[in-house]
Amino acid sequence: MALLNVEHLSISFGGLRAVDNFSISIEKGQLYGLIGPNGAGKTTVFNLLTGVYKPNEGHIVLDGQNITGQKTIDINKAGIARTFQNIRLFKDLSVLDNVKVGLHNLYTYSTFTGIFRLPKYRKVEKEMNEKAMELLKVFDLDGEAELLAANLPYGKQRKLEIARALATNPKLLLLDEPAAGMNPNETKELMDTIRFVRDHFDMTILLIEHDMKLVSGICEELTVLNFGKVLCQGKTSEVLNNPEVITAYLGE
Amino acid sequence: MKKLFLNKNTKDTTITLTGVIFVCLIVQLWMSFGSMSSLLKGLMVPLCVYTIMAVSLNLTVGILGELSLGHAGFMCVGAFTGAFFSKCTDGVLPDGIRFLCAILIGAVFATLFGFIIGIPVLRLKGDYLAIVTLAFCEIIKNIVNALYIGRDENGFHFTMKDSLSLGLSEQGEVIINGAQGISGTPNDSSFVIGAVLLVITLFIILNLVNSRSGRAIMAIRDNSIAAESVGLNLTKYKLMAFSISAGLAGVAGVLYAHNLSTLTALPKNFGYNMSINILVFVVLGGIGNIRGSIIATIILTLLPELLRGLNDYRMLMYAVVLIAVMLFNYSEKAKDFKEKLGFMTRKKFHAKEDK
Repeated sequence: MALLNVEHLSISFGGLRAVDNFSISIEKGQLYGLIGPNGAGKTTVFNLLTGVYKPNEGHIVLDGQNITGQKTIDINKAGIARTFQNIRLFKDLSVLDNVKVGLHNLYTYSTFTGIFRLPKYRKVEKEMNEKAMELLKVFDLDGEAELLAANLPYGKQRKLEIARALATNPKLLLLDEPAAGMNPNETKELMDTIRFVRDHFDMTILLIEHDMKLVSGICEELTVLNFGKVLCQGKTSEVLNNPEVITAYLGE
Repeated sequence: MKKLFLNKNTKDTTITLTGVIFVCLIVQLWMSFGSMSSLLKGLMVPLCVYTIMAVSLNLTVGILGELSLGHAGFMCVGAFTGAFFSKCTDGVLPDGIRFLCAILIGAVFATLFGFIIGIPVLRLKGDYLAIVTLAFCEIIKNIVNALYIGRDENGFHFTMKDSLSLGLSEQGEVIINGAQGISGTPNDSSFVIGAVLLVITLFIILNLVNSRSGRAIMAIRDNSIAAESVGLNLTKYKLMAFSISAGLAGVAGVLYAHNLSTLTALPKNFGYNMSINILVFVVLGGIGNIRGSIIATIILTLLPELLRGLNDYRMLMYAVVLIAVMLFNYSEKAKDFKEKLGFMTRKKFHAKEDK
């Protein structure tokens, strides 16, 4: 059974049908790409999946659990984590703290324990630090753990965002244009990271991307969106050679 | 290495607390054995009150990142509930226990008000939030001004009209007398109690900031959309910060009330004047910087008194100092200069501008 099953998802903003009859099915462990021209509704799909918008029609099932129309927080708890197209880090917190905020719901103690420094505080904080450092090491950020997130270079901010999303222990990771603004070398490094995340964490990943090298390099299946509608769906190589896709998006 | 992070925060907290305790001890010694002028002596309890106010407001403004102009309103709630309790139980309970209870009651009521007012207010952002908190502060002050509560052998009487319509019997006494407030509150406040309350306030806020909940609050400040996407409950943590901040303001209020013989809700002490005064301390000390708030409060409270010799010019000097500190804290050149001196290794609350 597929990990994520979306059927007939639609949303309208006024008269604009931003996403129309969108269906997708992602198997566990898959690296899935969502591509399409600007304004096709890719980020809107992400916002629907994470509960930022409520769909007008259709339903979303994650791992057998219906999460249609739930709140962002509950969807995160159900197992979807995301990154953002324009980086949204907690700028004035340290790199380590950014990841620890991601761990918020997994390692808990009460506010009272925190204020009065009861023994549980020490124990849980220590576990959090260890877990967060482990995650940072994966992304080669452990050396910058004490730096403010705002002071990280661009590429590392992107990585930190992925690390923070992974900290919530999701089943499905949504990456919104992870390679935006990166040079070819950084993009190549990012591809390795994404592959590593998939293998190391046994993660299912859905990503939006415009960089065709990245898409063709790591995605196993693709969905192409155009004007809110699914234009084409299938294996990467087949989709990228589809004449309709070439006309609408890739160009001759 | 991992342990280092835990210790760094704890170390910062310990340094701040030890510093404050040390200064308080010196002041106390100076008061008992030295030749502190009576004017300065009289300023010591208000100084504690303002410092607690500034530190607690910093929790809302700096840590939660919401501009509140109604902090004096919560102080008012704490002051009146605390004083009311003290007046009612004067002579019934022993002094120490009575004051302790008054502080707790003031804190609880202010927290409650913070919670109730926070529910609608925290749905707003920025300027709108500031204006609505200001309005609530004025509402609280005006309601208190129109409140008449009396007591006789039949129990409590309450009205919003005037003291005659309370309908008290011969032996009855008016406890809250409308605009004339509460008079005859026992003078329980002293510098020692003020200092202890200040240390407790600092302990609560600094430990909160360096805990799981504090991180959540700051994450919401920095980016609420991202905070929600990692599963933080925005309403819960915003309300938590706002109520704790209000509760501590209530503590300051109780301390303030027990330092005066007559407690009235004037614009000067519980109106927006006070709110803005406190906000000035917070902004000049550095938004989000707890130590800064303490230092700014001390300097700006003592300054007008120290400049008393200059008579008419003292408020002018005050304004000049405000402007100078503002420039020193926030101008780009001054920032570079401070960085060169190594003052700001962690540019804490700087990245907000490019939002």
